[in-house]
Amino acid sequence: MANNRTIVIDPVTRIEGHSKITLHLDDKGEVVDARFHVTQFRGFEKLCEGRPFSEMPSLMARICGICPVSHLIASAKACDALLAVRIPPAADKLRRIFNMAQIVQSHALSVFHLSSPDLVLGMDADPAKSNLWGVFEKDPQLARDGIRLRQFGQQIIERLGGKRIHPAWVVPGGVSEPLSQADRDAILYSIPEALQIAVRTISWFKQVTGSFREEIAAFGNFPSLFLGTVKEDGSIAFYDGKLRIGDATATLVADGLSPARYFDYLGEKVESWSYLKSAYYKPKGYPDGMYRVGPLARLNVADRCGTERADQELAEFKELQRAAILSSFHYHQARLIELLYCIERMEQLLTDPEILSKHVRAVAEPNAQEGVGASEAPRGTLFHHYKIDDHGLVRWANLIIATGQNNLAMNRSVLQVARHFVRGDKLEPGMLNRVEAVIRTYDPCLSCSTHAAGQMALRVQLVAPSGEIVDEVARP
Amino acid sequence: MAKKRMATVWLDGCSGCHMSFLDIDERLLTLAEIADLVYSPLVDAKVFPENVDVTLVEGAVSSEEDLHKIQMVRERTTVLVSLGDCAVTANVPGMRNPFSTKAVYERAYRENVTLNPGVPNEGVPRLLPQARPIHEFVTVDVFVPGCPPSADTIFYVVSELLAGRTPQVGSHTRFGA
Ligand code: SF4
Repeated sequence: MANNRTIVIDPVTRIEGHSKITLHLDDKGEVVDARFHVTQFRGFEKLCEGRPFSEMPSLMARICGICPVSHLIASAKACDALLAVRIPPAADKLRRIFNMAQIVQSHALSVFHLSSPDLVLGMDADPAKSNLWGVFEKDPQLARDGIRLRQFGQQIIERLGGKRIHPAWVVPGGVSEPLSQADRDAILYSIPEALQIAVRTISWFKQVTGSFREEIAAFGNFPSLFLGTVKEDGSIAFYDGKLRIGDATATLVADGLSPARYFDYLGEKVESWSYLKSAYYKPKGYPDGMYRVGPLARLNVADRCGTERADQELAEFKELQRAAILSSFHYHQARLIELLYCIERMEQLLTDPEILSKHVRAVAEPNAQEGVGASEAPRGTLFHHYKIDDHGLVRWANLIIATGQNNLAMNRSVLQVARHFVRGDKLEPGMLNRVEAVIRTYDPCLSCSTHAAGQMALRVQLVAPSGEIVDEVARP
Repeated sequence: MAKKRMATVWLDGCSGCHMSFLDIDERLLTLAEIADLVYSPLVDAKVFPENVDVTLVEGAVSSEEDLHKIQMVRERTTVLVSLGDCAVTANVPGMRNPFSTKAVYERAYRENVTLNPGVPNEGVPRLLPQARPIHEFVTVDVFVPGCPPSADTIFYVVSELLAGRTPQVGSHTRFGA
């Protein structure tokens, strides 16, 4: 007789957004299936309908308070396409800096505030201590570094955009205000300390990875496609460029794809058990078209970063595996390398005299009825696609968000980790924390796609066919 | 003096209010000296505990799960703070209210889909007909508008409440701040 045993982890904690995980076990207590459910839906593709297109950047930024700048930028780029304008060069550079400042703050949040408890205190740590404050007790410098790096990114956003969260500075056609010399100088002044912290964190991280060999082997360690944006010379791009898709053997499957034609090659599938749709690469079909986006994918497909220290780190990183780097555990290190790159690159852009130009906005009426804007958000490639009517009101919108593009891989990863670590006959909280920790490597942003707050305890029961409870663990 | 117990809860919001809380930066560490964060997306507690002194709630009440959650939070909290415009007025989540939930679901799960169109319905909470402010469902003790309220505002409000005083919210923030 079939034995119905299910483990539910609800909510998944220390991620950005609301989700739960169910693990299905067979009668031997082996995990046979796993699902990552995203449990809230917000409806932005509909609620924008009928509103003026010029409102879109500020409205769409409210999709996510962690990466509002990514949505501002992708949305403003879609609006630029509606205006059919070329934005002034200074505005282009300012938007790039803005985007990178946000990558720094968001990557810092992921590494320090959310994942460092697993790395510093261990996967089996007491859940009551597994948080930033627990890290502070064990390694105060590391916790302070995390807070400082996130603050560094947020302060740049504030200097450019006027406030840290939901600035309205990025507008269709450019940005609303030029950068003042005083603000430029203040940002430049803060860069050496941030660089120092980034370098210190990378060397710390490389030391601790040694204790996670088993996790590296089982945390989403499988072949998949990887998608990211690159510049014309093949170096990493965050603001603009062409899409590149590579496979596990590091062979390019597609290159030079125009983000504006995403619908030709990216599809989305609905799963009845999650509000998060699963994106796939259409030519390979579903589910073989599974691909990953975000730091690991970007570094897998890019030939180089283009700044000195980040390129040194990237060269070392690429040594980890002969072809593409497959384990999602390595998202963490990839995230730190990107963070370093962004700090170096911001410095270059800020020392370009053009950055102080007063000409930062192109003004026009809409010249097209449809526009796509894409950029690299902290978690991966982001697409905003709008259609407007003759009055400039939005009639239809489609958003493809990074986290949805990692959905198939996250589900596969949860299954892999659960199969490796979870033994149905002897449950321990550390086993289940690893199932959550693999999700954290992807740094999913579920407020982007959805989200909420949990209400159930993490309670796992093993129920025998007779209905008798064989084992139970609960976590407060 | 026993340490205070504080919690943060996230309903239908963008997490921006939580991020603004994190923007208090180093003060996160001093706050830990006077209060324990007993429940939050930032810590690993899976169940909302009893006897919480101050709870900050971000977001509107938009799904069945939000509703269940806010009722439980209310029962277990002494001072409930409606944090940010979404919690106070339904703000952005409320923009779906002119549309039927059916239309909102159809756009995302039928129209903008390549495979298997259909509205997810297994183990995911259903949307309520409208997204509404928290105080329409439970009693709110302190309202802190702003989208999001600034980090300084949040720190001020939290420090005052943890010290047992009533914060003068109006002089620190406003709608849309
Ligand atoms: S009030 Fe603003 S910042 Fe806060 S959750 Fe709502 S949209 Fe986000």
